[in-house]
Amino acid sequence: MNSILLFVLLILCIFSFYYGQSRIKKISSASAITVKSLPHFYGYYQALWCALPAFLVIVFWSILEPIVVKNLILNQIQSTTLQELSKNELTLLYSQIVSLAGNNFSGNITEAVKQGAFSYKNFLSISQSSKIVLFLCAVIAATLFAHSKINNNVHAREGVEKIFIIILFLSATAAILTTVGIIFALLFETLKFFKTINIFDFMFGLSWSPQRAFVRDAGAVLTAAQVQDLKDAFGAVPLFAGTAFIAFIAMCVAVPIGLFSGIYLAEYASFKQRKWGKPIIEILAGIPTVVYGFFAALTVGPFFKVLGNSLGVEVSSESALAAGLVMGVMIIPFVSSLSDDVINAVPQSLREGSLALGATHSETIKKVVFPAALPGIVGSILLAVSRAVGETMIVVMAAGLAANLTINPLEATTTITTQIVMILVGDQEFTSPKTQSAFALGLTLFCLTLILNFIALRFVKKYREKYE
Amino acid sequence: MDVIMNEEKIIAKDVSVFYGEKQALFDVNLSIDKNKVTSLIGPSGCGKSTFIRCINRMNDVIDICKVQGAIEINGHNIYDKSVDVVKLREKVGMVFQKPNPFPKSIYDNVAYGPTIHGLANNKTDMDQIVENSLKKAALWEEVKDRLNDAGTGLSGGQQQRLCIARAISINPEVILMDEPCSALDPIATAKIEDLIGELKETFTIVIVTHSMSQAARVSQKTGFFHLGKLIEFDSTDKIFKNPSNSMTQDYITGRFG
Repeated sequence: MNSILLFVLLILCIFSFYYGQSRIKKISSASAITVKSLPHFYGYYQALWCALPAFLVIVFWSILEPIVVKNLILNQIQSTTLQELSKNELTLLYSQIVSLAGNNFSGNITEAVKQGAFSYKNFLSISQSSKIVLFLCAVIAATLFAHSKINNNVHAREGVEKIFIIILFLSATAAILTTVGIIFALLFETLKFFKTINIFDFMFGLSWSPQRAFVRDAGAVLTAAQVQDLKDAFGAVPLFAGTAFIAFIAMCVAVPIGLFSGIYLAEYASFKQRKWGKPIIEILAGIPTVVYGFFAALTVGPFFKVLGNSLGVEVSSESALAAGLVMGVMIIPFVSSLSDDVINAVPQSLREGSLALGATHSETIKKVVFPAALPGIVGSILLAVSRAVGETMIVVMAAGLAANLTINPLEATTTITTQIVMILVGDQEFTSPKTQSAFALGLTLFCLTLILNFIALRFVKKYREKYE
Repeated sequence: MDVIMNEEKIIAKDVSVFYGEKQALFDVNLSIDKNKVTSLIGPSGCGKSTFIRCINRMNDVIDICKVQGAIEINGHNIYDKSVDVVKLREKVGMVFQKPNPFPKSIYDNVAYGPTIHGLANNKTDMDQIVENSLKKAALWEEVKDRLNDAGTGLSGGQQQRLCIARAISINPEVILMDEPCSALDPIATAKIEDLIGELKETFTIVIVTHSMSQAARVSQKTGFFHLGKLIEFDSTDKIFKNPSNSMTQDYITGRFG
């Protein structure tokens, strides 16, 4: 229903636009007055007046309709049934009514439900027709209003531009509010988790086995004894250690290769090499992480296993080494293109100053260009670390699931992101500390990457200021 | 009138420069005297900077730039295949239009060249080189108490004198100056001009300048460039008092440029 109304509204808008435009042209040529804005502003003016009130009617109706109908039905039930119903029973009854009205109810149809479904349909049809009437009223009234305003040669441009600014502002606000909403959702679930599990047990505990915290009955509250038993089930240190360890392996691959290729591209590559080389390296960044994931799990992991076996070393088929290595490859273009940009931003005059003193090109890079670019390079490496820490797909497939606290790169290990995935895959009970622990992990990860990004951006900014 | 024979330090023979298809210099011939200041003047885009950058082969940095002809320093063509650019630039220092101190301390800025060329055996040697260079560049008194501060933190004029100290720290024979005062205020400019007068006792100086009065003040010989050609080259006195070319006359009297 709403989509039909919106479609009608769109067509009306287009008509209004052309009507408003031609109307003002007619007025200005007939009475030879100076029009206050360009004709198309009058088009927008007419179209916006046509659209906005009617759109608001649809929005408010869609929000209010279910609430009002529900209240009406529940009141009706309350008045017809003799015994007092609890809130849960009422909610259950109401959802039965709604499903019966929608013809997908299977079960025992009681008289009350039948009666309710009948009046539900009734209310709904009344609501629908009144919505259409209100919609048409809004369109007609607003169109007439705008029409009379145009006849009086209103300042169309100011109004129209104000509306556009408001639309832009609302879009920006929506993005910010979503972020804030996500943070709060994380925060509240995390606080619930920390009510059951002590924050210090989480932050400093050495063993991670969240599967112990299952709850038999949804809605059941854990007893004190159970909570005591879970004290050492949520120690996140193995996850932090695994995350840091894999990120470290990844950086060991990505930093030297990325940095050197960045230096080559910025300093030595000819124009032609640059033109071809840079996009090819950036293709690496375009490969979906899931592809890297199964590359790590199916090619690199088994390769290490076979290699290890032939050397007589025990290598797990899921290893930190395989995951870290492939993750490093994934991050190379990131480091390379950022450091390339940073090195290019070092003023040419510094290079010339050094060359003019009889320094060779490589001396110039080592002693002048690189130190000058260092803060920016550090910034780009920190950004790369924060990507490595937040990377999920590769580690889920290739790093393993067991929370081992180990520094042997040949053993399986696990990361924060992997555990979040494992906890939230499949059915969950929302009140279980197991599910809530995912939010705690998520918040930790969020804080970690936020801090890294913040420091990195500060570094980059500080460095930029120096030359401007 | 001086009767001392002038020793020719640099001789340019039929120097032409191309940026890709575009020719920027046309058959420039001139000779630069030892321990004299030679200034190159002319309107913007006339090729004077291009020419000065040929003398220490800074144009090599630009991919599309090609140089024809020969430039001889002490009788050796620097565009000969056997010439090591690094050795050449050790002998021919350069000071740029915009002060370009490295983002290092004042001390390290001056010590950079001597370190690269291994001119100091120990810390005491290096301290001595840094002090001497800064003294010669008339900067020592101003910075001797803060040698470890950043070079980029100095004022524009001090930065340019730091760059001069950096250039003379490796004992070059020639110093090229590409509009060294164009980014400076009049007081800083006056200091640099005084300095140039002192430096010519030790070095051969070539200076490109926009300011004709500066050329008149600091140089003994002046070359006038226009549209990539050397129009006139003579003693500064003659160029400013009695130029033989009418175009030079027009330029120095301010009729164009």
